Amino acid sequence: MTFVAKPRTHHPLLQVNDLGLTRRDYEGSVSTLCAGCGHDSVSAAVVQACAELALPPHKFAKVSGIGCSSKTPSYFLGNSHGFNSVHGRMPSVATGANLANRELYCIGVSGDGDSASIGIGQFAHIVRRRINMLYLVDNNGTYGLTKGQFSATNDRGSTSKKGVPNLYEPIDMISMALQIGASFVARSFSGDKRQLVPLIKAGLLHEGFAFIDVISPCVAFNNHNGSTKSYDYIRAHSGSVVDADLITPHDEITVDYDPGASEDVAMPDGSTLRLRKLAHDYNPHDRVQALHYVQRAQEEGEFVTGLLYVDPTASDCHEILGTTETPLNALGEAELCPGNAALDGINASFR
Amino acid sequence: MTTYNDFVIRFANVNGSGSASANGMFAKALFRMGIPVATRNIFPSNIEGLPTWFEVRVSERGYLGRREGIDIMVAMNAETFEEDIASIVPGGYLVYDNSKELRPNFRRDDINLVGIPISQLVLPEFPNPKHRALFKNIVYLGALSALLNIDFDIIKGMVSAQFKGKDELIAPNIHAMELGRSYAREYLECPLPIQVRHSDAVGDRIMIDGNAAAAIGAIYGGATVCAWYPITPSTSLAEAFEQHCARLRVDAETGERRYAIIQAEDELAAMGIVIGAGWNGARSFTATSGPGVSLMTEFLGLAYFAEIPAVLWDIQRAGPSTGMPTRTQQGDLVSSAYASHGDTRHPLMFPSTPRECFEFGADALDLADRLQTPIIVMSDLELGMNDNLSEPFTWDDSRRYDRGKVLTEEDLDDVERFSRYLDVDGDGVGYRTLPGTHAEKGAFFTRGTSRDEHATYTEQPEHYIKNMDRLLLKWATARQLVPKAEIEAHGRRAGILYYGTTAAPMQEALDRLAEDGVQLDTMRIRGFPFGNEVREFLGSHEILFLAEQNRDAQMKSLLVNDLELDPASIIPVLYYGGFSISADTIHQQVLDYYVGNNLPRLDEVWEVSS
Repeated sequence: MTFVAKPRTHHPLLQVNDLGLTRRDYEGSVSTLCAGCGHDSVSAAVVQACAELALPPHKFAKVSGIGCSSKTPSYFLGNSHGFNSVHGRMPSVATGANLANRELYCIGVSGDGDSASIGIGQFAHIVRRRINMLYLVDNNGTYGLTKGQFSATNDRGSTSKKGVPNLYEPIDMISMALQIGASFVARSFSGDKRQLVPLIKAGLLHEGFAFIDVISPCVAFNNHNGSTKSYDYIRAHSGSVVDADLITPHDEITVDYDPGASEDVAMPDGSTLRLRKLAHDYNPHDRVQALHYVQRAQEEGEFVTGLLYVDPTASDCHEILGTTETPLNALGEAELCPGNAALDGINASFR
Repeated sequence: MTTYNDFVIRFANVNGSGSASANGMFAKALFRMGIPVATRNIFPSNIEGLPTWFEVRVSERGYLGRREGIDIMVAMNAETFEEDIASIVPGGYLVYDNSKELRPNFRRDDINLVGIPISQLVLPEFPNPKHRALFKNIVYLGALSALLNIDFDIIKGMVSAQFKGKDELIAPNIHAMELGRSYAREYLECPLPIQVRHSDAVGDRIMIDGNAAAAIGAIYGGATVCAWYPITPSTSLAEAFEQHCARLRVDAETGERRYAIIQAEDELAAMGIVIGAGWNGARSFTATSGPGVSLMTEFLGLAYFAEIPAVLWDIQRAGPSTGMPTRTQQGDLVSSAYASHGDTRHPLMFPSTPRECFEFGADALDLADRLQTPIIVMSDLELGMNDNLSEPFTWDDSRRYDRGKVLTEEDLDDVERFSRYLDVDGDGVGYRTLPGTHAEKGAFFTRGTSRDEHATYTEQPEHYIKNMDRLLLKWATARQLVPKAEIEAHGRRAGILYYGTTAAPMQEALDRLAEDGVQLDTMRIRGFPFGNEVREFLGSHEILFLAEQNRDAQMKSLLVNDLELDPASIIPVLYYGGFSISADTIHQQVLDYYVGNNLPRLDEVWEVSS
């Protein structure tokens, strides 16, 4: 049950970050999702990413819509405010929250029903607006809370638990995000924490709209033979094209890769994003190529994962709008109210 | 007999023909002569080619509501010529282009024809046909200046101001105006027995539309986030916010903006953005009309239940559905007051004048923060989009924004356990925290689902009921905080209630009724839920009229429901044809009730008969 708080005691050997905090300080309440749910792995990855980055655990705005995925902001970053809004409308709430205070890290969690069906319009438009946030979709291809109806990301021909085939074409949110202008686009798998955690870190630090489509199997309704979003199917049919590692200044000593196949991208906070290209000739800064690659793989029944596209120089909505550096919610009368004297001129202009 | 400063003039044009600026200059010129005027733009939902009318009520006495009957018709649209002529009062004037002879079937013996060969006048002067069409409007403006004795210097000065920056247009415009003016002076009776003269009746009032006034009020009130979706007649509110922010909210040195405006993808998103910003502590608002309120309904329910401040301006137009999108109505009261499923209700504010739009523009933001709930301001097309005379705006510089109950980091240090929905003060309003305030305390999960006092999800009946009952207590608090009704009571047995733009023709209607021996106390409702003053007024009058602009007497429904009244205790006075309600309508319906029920007309007779 969501109201069960986790005990904060932790193992004495648990790693402590720069803020003197352990992973436990980034957790939320106990999950009410099914045992084995992919979404819990995503929440755990968020916890690990934030702890490793040593971000202040209360400086987040967590927003979500409705559905299993949208419950998860309860399960991480318990010292930050969360907002479980209405179905499919998280993007607009996130937009408002980010406009009000640009200093908070904004994490939106949504699902395939929430973002690809009821909320597809809002999803498209938040991408256009380039809100500086991390937008996670826990993509399981099914409506879990209402007991297993197909969602819009389900592949045509894949079957329900009862064996009924899906008759309609899938919506690929990765392709949408690439097309509409997201400056950070990644896909991952809830079962691959080694890949997912660095992607979440990079997405959080990216100054712009970062989108990660996380295939996250539903153990209750979409983990059978015939499903293309089951643990087994994803493991058999996914391959990474560009893996990412986030390297902070003091853990620079890492593995050496074939230099031709890696590229370092400077992140705004001083850390380095190391991209390891696992596919020959893949260019993660070429939006058109990324789109082509993803769609070609899809034709062949494969999921491409990894950091598919990143534009490290991207702008965000506040830059587009030219808003002041001070969060709008911190401005007071002195900055906002022109005062009675200015009204003389205003009144005169209407005479 | 000559009458001064007392007539209704209507301009019949084709939309997209450039008539709006000429007609606007006409109204503004009279205003600058110190004469009270009210303008009504009666326009189609169309860009070019359909009929449009612009009506100016000129009234030395300051009657600025709509009055039936047109004294002067400037008929420039062949398509509507017949109906335009029919709408002139007997003895009135038809100003028309007599370049072609008036068809005999259009002739009326009981009106005066004022023919000006406008097409012929412009033909040799302006070779470009597009210019000719535009200057026709200026020619009739020039002719009217002579016919009505308008101060020509004022109107010439307005042309110069209007085309400032496009100076090459000033001379031809003044030339066109002089063409009309000299023709009128040479060939027509000038001035007409209906004419204008300088007055001081305007005083220091300004002329502004309600939407611009609301936008300036929102700036003064500290709104930093505006999210909106274009819909007539609310669009100009968001646009005015943008226009005035660009002057008043940009850092002179850095060019940084102390506001953010998002034209959203639809009204749902507009409200979502407002709620997201309100949750995160920025003052935010949106403006829409009835169809937009319908779309925002789910989000309004969320903000009610999750208790998030938000301000919504509903610039009402004629419904249902797309209805008459460019006509006015007060038809969204019920859908706004109870917007969303379950037991949801929202405080409403009802401005009547631009000055009140300015004040409510700021006050609504305070109220939303104080009550932690959406506040809906019920304006309409009549108020929002037409230039209205208004008392000038003033601001008390010592005023501080009421941000309501928001705990700071220091406050939280002293709190043992933060409980978002605990009614600490007994007014139904809990304390809230903004995201990121404190490292250890004050974080909670905002949700549209049921929760206990500590913001923890629950479906236990006692917790749910306790929360719902606290929201009722908050409703009682709102009753004290929304704007009080404005009451004129002289102990009469009968009273009339009204609100919003129904106020505009009220004084004229009351004066006419008084001449018929019907004297009414009045109450202008300004807020919902209703305060005690409303209950007292209702309780102290035997006969109660309620004038409003919708078919179903929606304010009556709110009163009956909110105050548990006998529905028969209120007599509706209704108009819902799409124009603003006229003094004639109010006068006639009230009088009909008196006649139909054989009621004594004078107060003293009442005293004797009771």
